[in-house]
This record gives sequence, C-alpha cells and structure tokens, in this order.
Amino acid sequence: MAAVKETIEHVKEIDVDKYKYGFSTDIEMVKAPKGLNEDIVRFISEKKGEPEWMLEWRLDAFERWKTMSEPDWAKVSYKKPDFQDLYYYAAPKSTEGPKSLDEVDPELLETYAKLGIPLKEQEVLAGVEGARVAVDAVFDSVSVVTTFKKELAEAGVIFCSISEALKEHPELVKKYLGTVVPKSDNFYATLNSAVFSDGSFVYIPPGVRCPMELSTYFRINEMNTGQFERTLVIADKGSYVSYLEGCTAPMRDENQLHAAVVELVALEDAEIKYSTVQNWYPGNKEGKGGVYNFVTKRGDCRGDNSKISWTQVETGSAVTWKYPSCILRGDNSQGEFYSIAISNGMQQVDSGTKMVHLGKNTSSRIISKGISAGKSSNTYRGLVSAHKKASNARNFTQCDSLLIGDQCSAHTVPYIEAKNSSATFEHEATTSKISDDQMFYAQARGLNEEEAVALIVNGFAREVIQKLPMEFMAETQKLIGISLEGSVG
Amino acid sequence: MLEIKNLHVEVEGQKILKGIDLQVPKGEVHAIMGPNGSGKSTLSYVVAGKDDYEITEGDILWNGESILEMDPDERVASGVFLAFQYPIEIPGVATMTFMRTAINAVRKARGQDELAIPDMMKLIQGKAKDLAVKPDMLKRGLNVGFSGGEKKRMEILQMALLEPGLCILDETDSGLDIDALRVVSEGVNALRGAERSMLVITHYQRLLDYIVPDKVHVMSDGRIVKTGDKELALELEASGYAEYGEDAA
Ligand SMILES: Nc1ncnc2c1ncn2[C@@H]1O[C@H](COP(=O)(O)OP(=O)(O)O)[C@@H](O)[C@H]1O
Ligand SMILES: [Mg+2]
Repeated sequence: MAAVKETIEHVKEIDVDKYKYGFSTDIEMVKAPKGLNEDIVRFISEKKGEPEWMLEWRLDAFERWKTMSEPDWAKVSYKKPDFQDLYYYAAPKSTEGPKSLDEVDPELLETYAKLGIPLKEQEVLAGVEGARVAVDAVFDSVSVVTTFKKELAEAGVIFCSISEALKEHPELVKKYLGTVVPKSDNFYATLNSAVFSDGSFVYIPPGVRCPMELSTYFRINEMNTGQFERTLVIADKGSYVSYLEGCTAPMRDENQLHAAVVELVALEDAEIKYSTVQNWYPGNKEGKGGVYNFVTKRGDCRGDNSKISWTQVETGSAVTWKYPSCILRGDNSQGEFYSIAISNGMQQVDSGTKMVHLGKNTSSRIISKGISAGKSSNTYRGLVSAHKKASNARNFTQCDSLLIGDQCSAHTVPYIEAKNSSATFEHEATTSKISDDQMFYAQARGLNEEEAVALIVNGFAREVIQKLPMEFMAETQKLIGISLEGSVG
Repeated sequence: MLEIKNLHVEVEGQKILKGIDLQVPKGEVHAIMGPNGSGKSTLSYVVAGKDDYEITEGDILWNGESILEMDPDERVASGVFLAFQYPIEIPGVATMTFMRTAINAVRKARGQDELAIPDMMKLIQGKAKDLAVKPDMLKRGLNVGFSGGEKKRMEILQMALLEPGLCILDETDSGLDIDALRVVSEGVNALRGAERSMLVITHYQRLLDYIVPDKVHVMSDGRIVKTGDKELALELEASGYAEYGEDAA
C-alpha cells in the first residue's frame, strides 16, 4: 500500500501552484521544415520507417484534407491557425529507444521531474503489490520511455507507441486504425490521419483483465509544433482496460494546435474505461497564448454486451472542441460520458458527447457538469440518437451548469433523434450560481474565498469526480481549486 | 472580551441597528432576547462579517482590536464563531469533508499544524458522539435534507471543533424538541469556560433554563432597551414582548 500512496502523493503535487509548468526544455529537436505538403507527409512516414500501406493511407487523408474547410458550428471564436506556419514533425535527437532510464537524456528526465511524472518512482513501484500505473511517456512526438512492458507482456497486453505497433503488430493496426474515426471524418481528424506523429496503442487479448491502469502523459514542448497524437485502444472479447490520459503544457505566447484522434474498440463483453484530465495552458488573462484543443474521440461498442465509459476533466486550453462519443453497435451495449468542464478567464469550451444507438437494448448515460467563471464561455453540445433498428434504446442525460460571477456564460445544446418509437430518452438540465449565502457560510467556518469556491465546486461536480480512478481523484480536486483561482472577489 | 460600541447598521438604506452598546467579558454568557425583526440576527451577521451591511457608525472590538476590516475567515481564525439561525445547504460536499477542510483552514490560519486524516476522524467522530450526531450523517451532503434539529446540532458540533473564543448562537433552540434541546445545551455548557465569551440569542426563555446566562439583554427595534440578570428572562416569559413592540401571540 505504501507505494500506492506514494504515487497518489506524487500525483497530488502536480499542478499545485497555478500554472507552474511554464518552462521549456533545451533538447535539440530534429525538425521537418515548416508547412504542410505531400513531401512532409512522406518525410514523417519515412522517418518512422512505416510500411507502404501506412504511407498510402496518410497520403489519401492528405488529399481529402486539402478539399475540406475548418468547421465553424461550435460556439468558439479564435484566430484560425495558419497550417503552413506549423511544424509537423519534431522528435528528440536520439530516437534509438533507450534501454533504461539511465540512457535517457537527463534534461528530459528533469522535465518530467518538473511535471511530476513519477518515472523514477515507477522503478521503485515495479513488483510492488497494489494498483500500478504504467506510463508511456510521450515527449513531443516520439515515445521515449515505456515502462512496465514486461508485466503487461506476461498478461498478453500490448501497450506501446503507435510507431512501435506499426512495426511489431502491423496486422492489428491495419485491422482497426480508422475503423472508428474514418480518415476523412472531419477536418481535424483528417489532418491528424495525414500527419499524426505518435501516440499510444493498446491491445487487450480475449478474456484478460488488464493488470494495471494504463497511463500516458502528453506534453507539447516544441514551439509551433502542432500535436497530432493518435491513440488506438482495442479490448478483445471479454477483456477490460482502464486508460488514463493526463496533460500539461509549457507556457508559450503563440497558440498551439492540438488535434488528436482517439479510437476505442470494444468487442463482445469487453469494457473500456477512458479517463482524461486535461490541463493545457489556457492563455493569459487577456486571452493571449494557450492551446487549441480540437480532438476527435470516439468509442465503438462493436460487440454485444460491450461497454465504453468516458470520464473527462477539462480545465485547460484556450479553446476546446471535443466530443468523446460512443457508437452503441452491439446489442445490450452501454455508453457513458461523465464530464467536468471548467472555464475561467477568456477560455472557450464547446464540449459534449454523442451517443449513437444502433443495436437492440442499448443504454447510455450522460452526466455533464460545466463550471464557468471569469469571462469564459462554456457550451455543452450533445447528441443522442436511436437508429430505426435500435429497439428499447435508453438514455439519461443530466446537464448541470454552475456560474461564478456575472461575466461568463453557459449554454446547453442537446440534440435528440429517435427513429424508433420504443426509445426512452430523458434529459434534465439545471443552471445555478454559487450563492452569496453559501460563500458566507463557508467563510464563517474559516475558509477563505478561494477555498470556499473550490469546496462548493467540488461538491457540484462530485458525481463525476467519484467516477475517476484513484490516481486522478486527488489531483482533480486540487486542479478544480487552481483553475478557479481569481474567479471571485 | 467582545465590545460593541454605538453600532449603527443599515441595509439598503434602511436603518436596522440604531446604536448598540454591549460588552461580553471573558467567561460570561449573555443572552439577547427580543421580538422578531428587532435586529438580533443582523447583529450576529455583522459580528461574523457578512457583506451587504453598511456600518454607518460605531465599532466592534474583539480582544481589544477592531474586527471591522477583517474578512469572515480571518474573524474565525481570531476566535469568532456564529452558529446560524438558518444553516446553509452545500450539496455534494460531505459534512465530514466540510468539517475537515474548515478545521485545517482554521488551524493553518492560527499557525497550528494541520491534522492528519486519522487524527481528524477521531476528533470529529468523538465530538459528534457527544452531541448524539450519528456517524451516518457525517457522510451526507452538508445540511442537505437535515431536519431543523439536525442542522442545529451540526452547528454546535462545528462550534466545538473550531474552538472559538467567542460563541454566538442565533436561535439555536428553534426547531429543537426537548431531548435535542437538552443535548445541545449540554454541548454548549461543556464549552463554557473562563476563556470564552458567549452570546446566546433566543426568542424564548426555555433555552435559558438549560444555558443559564450571566446577563440578559432585551433588544427592540435595533436597540438594547433593557439589561438585567437571568430573572429578566422569566419576567419576559410571563409578560411577553408586547411592551417591546410585538403583538401578543
Ligand atoms: N438583507 C436585508 N435586506 C433588507 N432588510 C433586512 C435584511 N436583513 C434584515 N432585514 C430587516 O432587518 C430587520 C431585522 O431583522 P433580523 O436581524 O433578522 O431580526 P431578528 O433576528 O431579531 O428577527 C427586519 O425588519 C428585517 O426585515
Ligand atoms: Mg433572527
């Protein structure tokens, strides 16, 4: 138990002082020239030593992307990135893949230390009883260190970078890549398909319960490097996996684009739990700088009785455009979406989910807690739909907004489409403010304004916080307070 | 020692307190009685530091220093505690969590070490038991769905936990049945001591059978109109507040 506690303590240290990760590392990067054209796509594929079919796939996506335009239906406004002014490939110089932490660039380790990623601790933790977290640390684009490989391998679990998976398990990648989020799904997903740099690959074999929670920390480091992570998680028949994703980014003046794609596939009787804490740099008080987070996340409950559960805590980024969704294809499959989205300052969030009921007796549950403060704008956008053949589809949606101050805004945009009359869709929505009476009461018990707000907001979001894995719970509670600093008084 | 000097308070341009003078020395318990609307709760809120009240004249001193410029939480750290007439609900925040957060916030502000979770649990559960608060209640959202009596007991529990030097109880007896009244009074009496000042606000004499005051003040229309010993409460019980401006019930 001691080791578990240590990990939690360590996780707690992350993000304790506002945004303390405003630093960058001086590791020499190997870059492709700025801009995007067919040669860059070829360059990326070649650098990674990819098979021919992967290159073709990328080129096809690139051709399609050129004909597409950026979506503008979300309730966000921002200066559109100049896609010719970005770098599409940056990797730490030594890409040989170190055999142990000793071989890792000490500067890199220092960066991780500042981030609070317990890589060193991981070694200590290895072989210790209790919950363990394997970290596939993504430094900019290339996975540098993957730990816990051995134990996972013994269980038959594959957890590696997409690049490595393309080398070691090309048949699996080929079989599933782009089957949940087609390569021309939307503008950002298509761009990602053309130039994705790296990301994580997970395969859980039939009947296996993954022996630990899998975790990847993403980090944007190189100036002007668009991040195009690609994640693919496959839970084969009767398997289970819980995947954690958490992020921080260094402080930069220029907006940084992040357009990731995450695909989840759950086969018969399988379950995937995917949890995210997103804390990228939101920009300064005037709204300058900050990350643009345009992510496509989708899970496919492909087999009967499968289940996919998304839990997200969104506190960072200048602009967030994100709708983790579930395709409920298998009969009796279940989809869940639990979300806390906090916006403060000048942040803009447009987030929600899609639950697409295709199979019989499918059910979905959406709990969304939006907290807006400062001058921010926070929109929940959700679609629940039932196909003609989706008899007895059930959905419950609870959408609560909490406003702090009177300069922010909250919007709820639910779309419902039931093409089968046996569908039961329930939608509840509330909007409230933190009352002066609640604030005074908490202060009259010794809490200062910020502690009072943090406590009340944690109470508001409790239902979702409780869905988070232990490792994220303590961090999230602190993060909520930090994100809302300066929102009162 | 609490000293209130010529305190005038307005809300939205309306004069509510019209020159209150009051001293509660260390070790003493004073009762404030008076008809509804006479300004008792207003007085307690102003001492605790609630916004929205404009102090047009006068001062409030606690241990010789004016507290008017202090935030509510700073007043708590300096020892002021108000048990609310109407405790506020905070959904989703477990009562235990709230108390832990409050205790450590106050300890930190007082320059004491924060308590680790096991010590904290022991402390809270121990005091809860003294006040017949079931452990179950501590897991529930703060004051959410609590009965009137349960809310009041929770207020006294928090008062005991935060170790104040000044206890203000605003109509703690309202909503309590006779058994609960006894338990709560015992809890309050256990806190009486040479180092504490207490201000017990009540509409009814009944509470003062259990918490026997050193002095009784009668408040009417924003002023203290009469001060006496505990016998004054009995007189009021017999004659009612008619002469202080409230219709006889
Ligand atoms: N926030 C407020 N706005 C307007 N009037 C108020 C406010 N608070 C109290 N009052 C008025 O001040 C008077 C005293 O109220 P209160 O202090 O609650 O009396 P008590 O506690 O003795 O019953 C009442 O007339 C009440 O209506
Ligand atoms: Mg009152």
